[in-house]
Amino acid sequence: MGHERVAIVGLGQTKHAPTRGDVSMAGLVREAASRALADAQMTWQDIDAVVVGKAPDFFEGVMMPELFLADALGAVGKPLFRVHTAGSVGGSTAIVASQLVAAGIHERVLTVAFEKQSESNAMWALSMPIPFQPPLHAGAGGYFAPHIRSYMRRSKAPDHIGILVALKDRLNALKNPYAHLHNHETTFDSIKDSIMLWDPIRFDETCPSSDGAFAIVFGSEKVGDEAAAQGRAPAWIHGTSMRSEPTMSADRDTVLPLGGALCAKDVYRQAGITDPRRQVDCAEIYVPFSWFEPMWMENLLFAEPGDGWRMTEDGATALDGDLPVNMSGGVLSTNPIGASGMIRFGEAAMQVRGQAGEHQVDGARLAVGHAYGGGSQFFAMWVVGSEKP
Amino acid sequence: MTEILLPARLQDVEAVRSVRTPASIQYSYTPGQASSRYLKGIAQRKIIGARVEPGAKVYVPPRGADPQLGKPTTEQVEVGDRGTLVSFCVVNVSFHGGTQEIPYTTGNILLDGSDQPIMHLIQECPVDQVRIGMRLEAVWVDDADLGPTMESIRWFRPLDEPDLDVHIPGEDRPLWLDSEEFNQ
Amino acid sequence: MRDVAIIGFAQTPHVRRQPHLNEVEMLMPVLEEVRAAAKVTKDDIGFTVSGSTDYLAGVGFSFVMTLDGVGPWPPIQESHVEMDGAFALYEAWVKLQLGDVDCALIYGYGKSSPGPIHEVMSRQLDPYNVAPLWPDQISLAAMQARVGLEGKAFTEEQMAEVASRSRRNALDNPNAQLRWDRSVEEILAEEPIVDPLRRSDCPPISDGAAAVIIAAGDVARDHCERPAWIRGIDHRIDPMALGLRDLGESPSARLAGEKAGVGAGGFDIAELHAPFTHQELILRAALGLGDEVAVNPSGGALAANPVMATGLVRFGEAAQRIIDGTAGRAVAHCTSGPCLQQNLVAVLEGEN
Repeated sequence: MGHERVAIVGLGQTKHAPTRGDVSMAGLVREAASRALADAQMTWQDIDAVVVGKAPDFFEGVMMPELFLADALGAVGKPLFRVHTAGSVGGSTAIVASQLVAAGIHERVLTVAFEKQSESNAMWALSMPIPFQPPLHAGAGGYFAPHIRSYMRRSKAPDHIGILVALKDRLNALKNPYAHLHNHETTFDSIKDSIMLWDPIRFDETCPSSDGAFAIVFGSEKVGDEAAAQGRAPAWIHGTSMRSEPTMSADRDTVLPLGGALCAKDVYRQAGITDPRRQVDCAEIYVPFSWFEPMWMENLLFAEPGDGWRMTEDGATALDGDLPVNMSGGVLSTNPIGASGMIRFGEAAMQVRGQAGEHQVDGARLAVGHAYGGGSQFFAMWVVGSEKP
Repeated sequence: MTEILLPARLQDVEAVRSVRTPASIQYSYTPGQASSRYLKGIAQRKIIGARVEPGAKVYVPPRGADPQLGKPTTEQVEVGDRGTLVSFCVVNVSFHGGTQEIPYTTGNILLDGSDQPIMHLIQECPVDQVRIGMRLEAVWVDDADLGPTMESIRWFRPLDEPDLDVHIPGEDRPLWLDSEEFNQ
Repeated sequence: MRDVAIIGFAQTPHVRRQPHLNEVEMLMPVLEEVRAAAKVTKDDIGFTVSGSTDYLAGVGFSFVMTLDGVGPWPPIQESHVEMDGAFALYEAWVKLQLGDVDCALIYGYGKSSPGPIHEVMSRQLDPYNVAPLWPDQISLAAMQARVGLEGKAFTEEQMAEVASRSRRNALDNPNAQLRWDRSVEEILAEEPIVDPLRRSDCPPISDGAAAVIIAAGDVARDHCERPAWIRGIDHRIDPMALGLRDLGESPSARLAGEKAGVGAGGFDIAELHAPFTHQELILRAALGLGDEVAVNPSGGALAANPVMATGLVRFGEAAQRIIDGTAGRAVAHCTSGPCLQQNLVAVLEGEN
């Protein structure tokens, strides 16, 4: 019993796009999984179990689609598992998959998270009325905009912070060939002048709707050592954590949720991190609306409460800052919802393996991946490192 | 990727890029006891929240459970149709079925006597005059149009009352600083 | 592997339609009952995981509201699978193997009444080639039964015997929905509804919920006089496409059974998730269960079929008989997907 060490030996993702009309759902998941297997120098036969994650099935209009994808995922005769924890699902799926190795049940596990939002109407699926509840009137942005306004009020952050985050992430995306948005003309002013959709959220401060998938191959310590011996350095998991809290409850802070901070504290404890701002080299966190970067900087204990926005303003979260955040361009540049969390987790692993290409942070050794979902109530995090824990 | 070879007679045929499969399924939802009582109240211009027991938090609209205690909210509590704006958002985009003129405001409104803000439209107030802390009242539809539906409240509008100082949990001090779980 | 056992089980009475309660209202009494059964409080539970599906509820993110019933405050360690609650139990079992958590709450629930269940379940099929035809579950199961009958894997009499025994067993199960005492002859006299299936070969349509508590080692022993230890557990999947498999057998059930250690035998009972009579016969063959094993003493899925909880109920019913001392060793099983596509098998045992 207990925790075996877990190595990340394969990472792969699709080109993310508004519509991947060139592939079926099976083609989409296989594109990511084939790349992860190639990266791990494994074949489908080497895999012991497959774990699939995605957000609501109404996005594609298929109930439990992993069942019809079983053969495409190479899972026939193997365990196939499906996780759904709302927007955090990409992260929690990676955690559930890694635990199959950590618990010593399997030696090589493939996990894939995907969303093919173009197959149905994503905005419809996201804002399907909940029977007998007051209508949201305005989709996800309408739900989160008041939270952002509350954050601005409590932190007294100047209103250009959101623009700075969007600018940074869109410019980072230009260095990431897989990112959905490659907007070369983006400037501070173009974001500022974009339509105010859900005041205080401008159009350019929101995430796109994407088709895409991400896949990770986990291996036991032995598998990780073999990869390292062949010159393919794995990333090692130093800690994983999940926390959940209710959507609507009287004592809950929806802006900087208790669950987010507890999740961060737990994962740092496992990784031996006492000063996250100094010890963590970079982070991929779930920022679907620009203002969530400063909010999460506080909630994930990188900044003192009220000071998260200063990290953005000072350039600390820029690619050359002291804590680069969302080097890949983040959710603001790529958002296949069910996969978005796994992209965060996977990009963190790419950094400590030194395989992030143009958006690589020099010498990254310890990185954080973070995902959240629901009404800021489901949290999943991991810490990965270039060295064994 | 494996190269796929088509028979010669299919090679010039245009590839199928997508298939349209319209799917329509009708569901009949059960509101449940808590929502039933609440909706019956709405049909009589009453906003009826629920709590587990006296002293417990009052939830509006009640969904059946106190999400902090994990217990059924079996006791009914009538709350006011007036409240205070906790936060808001100005919407400049038209949504499916949305008939409001753009821009319009949606707000999180803490009704008097409730412990949980509800979301609703704010009208009869220029969008640039909407502010956190302002007092609001429900505007109901005409008696003839009242029914067990949230649409019986058309929107909320400003009251001629001084603003209240509202604070949401965590606003003055993050919850985790005083959390037992965080500090252990 | 760390010793982990089921120490408590609770379920709703399963009914054709639960018109008064929404999902969270339906679930809350079960959660309270299972905690009482396992003698644990909310604070003892280190991990919570549930199984349900949005397509049944007709609402996206439907599990989010149900989580309120747990009272997840202060924030908890929690997960959700878009699978039967029995697979949620598998996730919890893995979590307990890691050693950080000693006790987990698992629940599964489903209301089949809000939507047309056969149309809803057809949305599970290949969306490009099969789902546009809207094939219903009974027709698919009938094709499977036909393969078995023509291949002489089983007979209509055997199917009728399963139907008769299951509903007769259910007479002792206060939570069952379909309970009756009819002979094999009476059943065989029924006209088929989707040939070769008779109404008696098919499960009822049910609303219901179930919850289980599992615990590790001494925590299990402290809370339960006779825990139902999970000696082995494994799940496997076949391809979905019906043309890619021999419907008369279930390779994934056989493999999962082997991995879970079913081969060692010695079972008093088996709770098999077989919504259709012939599926019990296919599963018995795949798991190598002889006539000495009492199958589905609860009445099984043929007596109550709360989709997304039916498998978890099998685990609970099997464990409950070990906990109360009426069984020593049991098989618990859950299936998912059309025609027994995916199968989860566990071996449960009491300590002597």
